Amino acid sequence: MLLLDLANPTRFLTLVQRALPWLIGATAVAFTAGLYLAANAPDDYQQGATVKIMFVHVPAAWLAMGIWTLMSIAALGTLVWRHPLADVAAKAAVPVGAAFTLICLVTGMLWGRPMWGAYWVWDARLTSVLILFLMYLGLIALWRTVDDPSRAGRAAAILTLVGAINLPIIKFSVDWWNTLHQPASVLRLAGPAIHPTILIPLLIMAFAFALLFVTLHLAAMRNEILRRRVRTLMLMQAQAAPGSAA
Amino acid sequence: MNPLAALFMRDLKLAGRVGGGAGIGVLFFLIVIVLTPFAIGPDLALLARIGPAILWLGALLASLLTLDRLIAADAEDGSLDLILTGQTPLELAVATKALAHWLSTGLPLVIATPLFALLMNLDSQASLAVALTLLAGTPALTFIGLLGAALSVTLRRGGLLLTVLVLPLTVPVLIFGVSASNAAIVGPLPFGTPFTILCALTLVSFVVGTFAAAAALRHGIE
Repeated sequence: MLLLDLANPTRFLTLVQRALPWLIGATAVAFTAGLYLAANAPDDYQQGATVKIMFVHVPAAWLAMGIWTLMSIAALGTLVWRHPLADVAAKAAVPVGAAFTLICLVTGMLWGRPMWGAYWVWDARLTSVLILFLMYLGLIALWRTVDDPSRAGRAAAILTLVGAINLPIIKFSVDWWNTLHQPASVLRLAGPAIHPTILIPLLIMAFAFALLFVTLHLAAMRNEILRRRVRTLMLMQAQAAPGSAA
Repeated sequence: MNPLAALFMRDLKLAGRVGGGAGIGVLFFLIVIVLTPFAIGPDLALLARIGPAILWLGALLASLLTLDRLIAADAEDGSLDLILTGQTPLELAVATKALAHWLSTGLPLVIATPLFALLMNLDSQASLAVALTLLAGTPALTFIGLLGAALSVTLRRGGLLLTVLVLPLTVPVLIFGVSASNAAIVGPLPFGTPFTILCALTLVSFVVGTFAAAAALRHGIE
């Protein structure tokens, strides 16, 4: 079984070593195609050229939520199955997820300025993504505060799962709060359906973003495994050093 | 004596005798309320309008203030190890601790609210509404905080980390607490709708917070 085979970090490292060049190449090809199609996509009749921000904004938003889901699965792997790579996968995903959430927020703000006349409005979606970003940052803080990697992994796994339970509740509350304070006045994408000339580049860009995430994630997992090995070696060296307690 | 009852009485006694805890929490709450008019000006109409929100924010911050001692004190003197190795299910033990903590720190905030509401120019009906929503909502803050306290129990700078981890999770409680208070004061929503959801949030966080905190403590000691 693949998941069990991967439990051996050395085997995982050889696999990553072999797969990474291909993934980098595929990401570059997908981004070239996606960006070319996005650049040639027609402008929106209401929003003009600013609609092109969507090709970066929407895939980043999808990934921001998808990465938390992935981390929740990894958290189950840590707590339930004790898979040795699960907490490595969870740890490597956090900064990448935070970065995609930040990209989503920044592009959203740049899009909001010409459309809404302000960089930030307390729209329900923006607000819940902002809270998601804060939770990513809290998770990073937890990872960095606990010294021992496996203990940090279990604590982060519990927080990730609680976050996964709470995120829909937060989303629901923010929706409620927003409709209470300001009735729907926000300009959304024109029309209920997106025209295929925009939809197809969007899907290709989403695919490119997903490939980028997989590439970055695997590379970060490799770095994390190597970093832990260095840490263990340094601990062993410190124990063996002359002058330390025998 | 039932071990849970013993734990409950012990925590209440400690909270009462060690000093600090509840009194400082209420004092902090008062100071937040007093600082607000200095920041936004002594306009009574404006204060009455944002009063419920300020009271809720003050109570939220004050309840965070005492959380870092909820489990850390037990970890330092070794009684946490006794609780962990004892026969009583850990979930029940941490729930008991959280309940005692709420009685000694959360409830005083609720009792002080009608008094502090006078400073915010709220009438009696409004201040009762805020106190009622705080009564229903502050247990949720304690149970969410319980998880943060369990996660950060052995850390040197646990208090700061706890705040950062817990605050985003309290957003729904804050939203429904304030909107239930406002519904009772100005409408147009019926008070019942947000208030029932607030009670539901308290029950959910009781379950999630208790089990997650127990899991965090168990995994923390391995």
